[in-house]
Amino acid sequence: MRRLWAGAVIVLVALFVIALAVGPVGIPLHDLWASEIVRTVRLPRAALALLVGAALGMSGGALQGVLRNGLAEPYLLGVSGGAAVGAVVATMLGLAGPAVTPVAALIGAAAAVILVLVIARVGGGRGADPRVLIMAGVVVGAFANAAIMVALASAPADTVRGAVWWMMGSVADARWSSIAWLAGYLAVGGVALILWAPEIDALALGDEAAAAIGVDVDRASRRIFLAAATVAAATVAAAGLVGFVGLVVPHIARSGGARAHRAILSASALVGASLVLAADIVARTVRAPADLPLGAITALVGVPFFLSRLRRST
Amino acid sequence: MISVDDLVVRYPQAREPALNGVTLRAERGALTAIVGPNGSGKSTLVRAMIGRVAVERGTVRVDDQDALKLSRRAFARRVAVVTQRDEPVFPILGREYVALGRYAHGSLFRTAQPDDPAVDAAAKRAAVTEFLDRRTDQLSGGEWQRLRIARALAQGGEALVLDEPTTFLDIAHEMALFELLADLARGGLAVLLVSHQLNLVARFAGHVVLLHHGKVAAAGTPSAVMRGSVLESVYEWPLVVTHDPAVGAPMLVPLRR
Repeated sequence: MRRLWAGAVIVLVALFVIALAVGPVGIPLHDLWASEIVRTVRLPRAALALLVGAALGMSGGALQGVLRNGLAEPYLLGVSGGAAVGAVVATMLGLAGPAVTPVAALIGAAAAVILVLVIARVGGGRGADPRVLIMAGVVVGAFANAAIMVALASAPADTVRGAVWWMMGSVADARWSSIAWLAGYLAVGGVALILWAPEIDALALGDEAAAAIGVDVDRASRRIFLAAATVAAATVAAAGLVGFVGLVVPHIARSGGARAHRAILSASALVGASLVLAADIVARTVRAPADLPLGAITALVGVPFFLSRLRRST
Repeated sequence: MISVDDLVVRYPQAREPALNGVTLRAERGALTAIVGPNGSGKSTLVRAMIGRVAVERGTVRVDDQDALKLSRRAFARRVAVVTQRDEPVFPILGREYVALGRYAHGSLFRTAQPDDPAVDAAAKRAAVTEFLDRRTDQLSGGEWQRLRIARALAQGGEALVLDEPTTFLDIAHEMALFELLADLARGGLAVLLVSHQLNLVARFAGHVVLLHHGKVAAAGTPSAVMRGSVLESVYEWPLVVTHDPAVGAPMLVPLRR
């Protein structure tokens, strides 16, 4: 177990160094810190990818536990879509900025969570059939996409191009201000989730069992949802829609031996950071100098994984 | 002691209340059983205790404290409940599961640990020590049921409420469980057991409450409650009540129609 943790940290550090060294301009390792390109372009980009991955991993790990559903994750649950609507609305209103966009995204994400849970309750309730909830999430996500398209219909071409790029997820435009805001949300939301992890352990048994053990089920699941949605919404505000990371990562954490949610969430943060860093390295090197959308890369990895999980749950 | 007084519970959108003025007591040092047909309100009563259904009227007390006003954590420290179903959706170790019983004794910064001595003590009492280091998805139905009892025992407290804990158990494990519950009651716990095993209830319980359509149809000693005419009308099935040849307790034999 300890070896796996050490391995995960080593992989993360290695990927981070690779992310700084690799690119159109090759930079030798001993020159990394002196390089202008590294400091202004690659370092913020790698830092953002790392934070986005850690946040999505934790969010997915918490949602899978609370919802007792190995298919749950912020993107498939429509949380990210709702956050995107919030962020787009802020942009349209001319309010967008590193401080305001995350708040707008969070409002959108909260609205989406409520909508998904209401739809899922109509279709069978929390913890019933995992697929009902995912269906509700996909429907809300599709609705969010449509809403964004409608909102963008009359926007200037440049805005549309930027918005579409952003809806596919990207850390290319990493700025220190948005990195700092994301780090702040992740610090608060992540610490909250780690502290509440024993409640997630109990909720993963089912509502009645959790209540019997002494958990205030409704309150606990509400606040864990809110924290998970907050960190996911903050990633959307900073880097757009990056799907499937929250789905894949907790499974990797669990197959590495993490069972209690404190371990699952911590490992998910590490693995998620590595996964998004790796995906971004691929995104900017495979067809360099062109930049592939990060969300497309994670989806290419995530969709086959999702299908294999879905098969197992049917 | 757990006492329920004039409890009324109605599910949303249901015309008839699921519990309609139920009054009962589970004394310390005794095994009290709740029996009744499916849908008579047995599980609803357990759900009301753990706050999973809204109580329309009435009270639940633990000794002299209003249990419905206690926080979930405070209630769990006094009353351990084994609900009908629970299952970790992602497998954990038996030890980690039993340790969840200590949740109510921990706090945000001092959480229950799998190596808590209370975990081993509870496992020993429920005879599940050998399952502690196995994964929950590698246990049989019966082994899992026993592990759940251990989790409840790890909770400590003065009362134990169980909703049909003998599901999935073979005769030997069923008997062992009833023996354990009787033993725990003798040790001073108030044990309140929801069960369909009328014959075992008749042998082990000191007090039986028969529920029917959300009301108490009969209550008292097993021989007072387990009368043919009463059970036949409540279960709507022909039956005779005779006497257990081994121990003399009332014994129910359902007839073929």
